[in-house]
Amino acid sequence: MNEDVTENKPAETQSEIDRRKFLMKLSLGFAALSAAVAAIPIVSALLAPLLEHPAEKWRKVGMLNDFPLGTTNLVTFVNADPKAYAGVTANSAAWLRRNGQSDFIAFAANCTHLGCPVRWEATAQLFMCPCHGGVYYKDGTVAAGPPPKPLTQYKVRVFNNEIQLKTKPLPITNITA
Amino acid sequence: MKKFLKKIWAWIDDRTGISELITPLLKHQAPPRALWSYVFGSATLFLFMLQVITGVALSLLYQPSSNDAYQSLEFITNQAKFGNVLRGIHYYGASAMIILIGLHMMRTYITASYKFPREMNWISGVVLLIFTIFMGFTGQLLRWDSNGVWSSVVAAQQLGRVPFVGTYLARLLLGGNTIGAQSLSRFYSYHVFIAPAFIFIFIGLHLYLVFRNGISEPPKAGRLVDPKTYRAWYKKYLREKGVPFWPNAAWRDVMFSSGIVIAIILLAIFLGAPALGSQPDPSVVKTSPTPDWYMIPFFALFALMPHKIESVAMTVGPLLTIFLLFSIPFISNKGERSPLKRPWAMFGVLCVFVSVISLLITGLKAPWSPDFKTKPLPLSAIKSAHPDSVVVAGVNLFYAKGCQYCHKINKYGGAAGPDLTVVGNRLSAQELTIRIVNGGTNMPAFGGVLSKDELNKLVTFLNTQK
Repeated sequence: MNEDVTENKPAETQSEIDRRKFLMKLSLGFAALSAAVAAIPIVSALLAPLLEHPAEKWRKVGMLNDFPLGTTNLVTFVNADPKAYAGVTANSAAWLRRNGQSDFIAFAANCTHLGCPVRWEATAQLFMCPCHGGVYYKDGTVAAGPPPKPLTQYKVRVFNNEIQLKTKPLPITNITA
Repeated sequence: MKKFLKKIWAWIDDRTGISELITPLLKHQAPPRALWSYVFGSATLFLFMLQVITGVALSLLYQPSSNDAYQSLEFITNQAKFGNVLRGIHYYGASAMIILIGLHMMRTYITASYKFPREMNWISGVVLLIFTIFMGFTGQLLRWDSNGVWSSVVAAQQLGRVPFVGTYLARLLLGGNTIGAQSLSRFYSYHVFIAPAFIFIFIGLHLYLVFRNGISEPPKAGRLVDPKTYRAWYKKYLREKGVPFWPNAAWRDVMFSSGIVIAIILLAIFLGAPALGSQPDPSVVKTSPTPDWYMIPFFALFALMPHKIESVAMTVGPLLTIFLLFSIPFISNKGERSPLKRPWAMFGVLCVFVSVISLLITGLKAPWSPDFKTKPLPLSAIKSAHPDSVVVAGVNLFYAKGCQYCHKINKYGGAAGPDLTVVGNRLSAQELTIRIVNGGTNMPAFGGVLSKDELNKLVTFLNTQK
């Protein structure tokens, strides 16, 4: 297996060397080309989430008289672009506060610190996060804890006594320092 | 018959060269008096194999789909024969693998085995550590209940803090703009194909380097590593004192690893797999995402660090840690290996060890989180022996207005804020009022929430706590 067979061979001519170099470059180049072409659909699958447009859709979340004045309620809705096989994972939730006759404000359920679901504590009139102790007032501003900014808001509109909320991509807090 | 089988084996061995390949690996010379502390690396390898095998077995039963995974997990846990034990082995196996890779790394650092010529052993080991932690995290997500869903949101948020590309990274992790159908498919691919492929490659490299550079000899104070002479010295040392790896050194590895595997199986049988949470429905918000224990130290750090620096800390922290780990063999690759002669290095190990354990313990208690499960404060637990109606009303408000989520009185309540059992000794009625109305450093202002009457009742009650 390891015998040295090169010793008794005649020396290569220049044209043989050139030919070998050319074939080497040709084969490597061809392999690189095939890899590059194959990579296109692979990279596209990997980056798929970045190639889609963030859709936003108006979703009905209830009727006007479902929400007493001055209360904050959990509303659930389906994401903008649910896949047929998403099942329950297509759902999202928001906290809807009614301030006036047709004055609504909707907060994302995600804490702006690390995204945990905040819950509305009606008697204390505060949103509280279970993860790292973030607390927000009823208007979504930070009351205590690590959250760097107020709760994200959704657009809300009233249409024929129907409350509609405009979906958004999951709010991601970027660098704040 | 025996003769016939031997002949068959001889034929296979001759045509394949199995003995030729394996014997030198088994019999290669190892330093004598290899210690019990040298068993952690091989145990990590054994556990990885256990994880691969139990993981493949789980994949026979699991549905990697955002919609169906939860039902298939219920099936594995409650119906499949030994399904719960299988899940348990994979879970405790993961935990044990993280502990052992940590111990292996600490041992390598303490005996300075990363010094010349084993720098690449260390570097490939750091890569394996990163992938092992990644596997631990993605594995937790595959337990696709409400905790899995919200943990992936938390991970996406952390990636979101990376400058410039944070939002893109977060979307890449989740597989879209929100949690959805694609999320679990991606986690499954990361956990089952992509990360294991890298782990296989780097384990191959790591083991090859162990054979190429030899197992490091137990350090001796005063015996310095000199890159110029070390290789020749090591060769001579093995020729004079070396013992065959199998069985002289490796019997300990086999004993220890087998013991760990048996312990894991016992844990799986008697404690079972971690319980499933509720449905993976992102609209169910009454859930408290908690990572598995090996992520708790990070989680605790995020709660405890000054909030102003956390964006920087979340991105720079991990990068700096990884950079530091990679640079260790370049900072010092020669000289003393004995821990007795490297007091600062030992002090460093101790600091890291104590920090991680303290963060883990604090994180398990999570005193910064509101205690949503707190029970109403009974009158028997307050200081006032004969409370009048105002004080009683104050006690009720203390629970109803959420004070008790964060403040403790006589063991009732959370630990995010100061204990108020004897607050009457510290603050006057006026000071209490100011604090409640305006809030404080880490306390919401309750001025808009409490009526004057309610405030008065609350303050009267708190003032009796002395």
